[in-house]
Amino acid sequence: MAAPDPTGLIACPTCDALYRERRIGADEVARCRRCGTVLAAPQSGAMTRITMLAGAALVLMVAAVSFPFLELSEMGLQQRSSVVDAILAFSDGRTAPLSLALALLIVLLPAARLLALLYTLGPMALGWQPWRHAALAFRWAEKMRPWAMAEVFIVGVAVALVKVAGLATVTLGPAFWAFCLLVLITVRKDSIMCRLTVWKTLSERHAS
Amino acid sequence: MQAHGLEDALGTPRLLTARDAGLLGCRACGRVSAAGTGACARCGARLASRDPTSLQRVWAWWLAGLIAYIPANLYPMLLTSRFGHVRENTIIGGALDLAHHGDYGVAAIVFAASVLIPVGKFLAIAYLALSLKLPTALGRHGRHRLHEVVEFIGRWSMIDVFVVAILSALVQFGFAATINPGIAAATFALSVAFTMLSAQSFDPRLIWDAEERDSR
Ligand SMILES: [Zn+2]
Ligand SMILES: [Zn+2]
Repeated sequence: MAAPDPTGLIACPTCDALYRERRIGADEVARCRRCGTVLAAPQSGAMTRITMLAGAALVLMVAAVSFPFLELSEMGLQQRSSVVDAILAFSDGRTAPLSLALALLIVLLPAARLLALLYTLGPMALGWQPWRHAALAFRWAEKMRPWAMAEVFIVGVAVALVKVAGLATVTLGPAFWAFCLLVLITVRKDSIMCRLTVWKTLSERHAS
Repeated sequence: MQAHGLEDALGTPRLLTARDAGLLGCRACGRVSAAGTGACARCGARLASRDPTSLQRVWAWWLAGLIAYIPANLYPMLLTSRFGHVRENTIIGGALDLAHHGDYGVAAIVFAASVLIPVGKFLAIAYLALSLKLPTALGRHGRHRLHEVVEFIGRWSMIDVFVVAILSALVQFGFAATINPGIAAATFALSVAFTMLSAQSFDPRLIWDAEERDSR
């Protein structure tokens, strides 16, 4: 049997089931009938909202890195630490490579991901043609997703606070709240993003 | 109809896979290409009907993760010194310490993130990989769900590494109290990263292929 024409078909990324693509309305959810994976869930105005949320998250990231994060005081001694201090905690001795890993997981990858999303979705939200290499930027943004661990870091901070509570008095700095807000915005942004819609819009705009 | 706006390809009563139709489906963006296409025209991802090296990579990362997990449990994660007295805490020791202080909720979080999730992940990934060749109790939907859970939950194991980093940055009061990271923090972080790579290397389409073969 000769292979059919692939145009207008989509395959489920999880189980390879083949579907003929039809227009999927806003706020509809298309699931794979075989495995249940969400194939598409477009939302109206999502591109604009994601772009704004990503921009806000990027500003918060800058604030979270530059302001004091936590302040600890015990018997007149004060210790102020920023996110950068937490990253550099591993910098001496045998655990030095871990500093680089932490910098990547907590700050660099989340920031890179936000930049890549802005680069891809920004022009799309404004109705422009996609910029050069937008497909590459978006593919990498998706690849980075599991490795951007800002929300895991915040839970780690909460656990650390409980651990030092008996030892000293802790004051939460402005960067702490910036980071919490950043996490909430990131989660919200990822929940309204529909991969298939982004890919379709990218290729349609390129063709026109 | 469950799949709003989507129709079965070619109008066949039975669901057809891209491989059955002699086509290639892209796992990154869903686009379907003709057989023999190297990279997806829409997103640029490398295309393979089934990744032939998937299982090898799963096992290689799995083993690396397991090897790194052993020293992570034997060596200290945290070195606490108070007034010249140094205490070394392993992963389990840290969780027990929290429980002794009455912080049961937090102790449970640390225990789940550093012991239950990593061990559960090793078992789950091994089970998924073995289930492709051996008969299994769990159906394809169950195993599909298991893979989703493993992929979602793996990164949360990193909590304890972050805790150590924050404590070491904060508690630097010289003689009175100082906390420093132990070598286990590094090997544990490696173990988490390796098992994440192992879970990502697993091609979930293999679960559904195996079932198809059985039902024929
Ligand atoms: Zn499917
Ligand atoms: Zn693709």
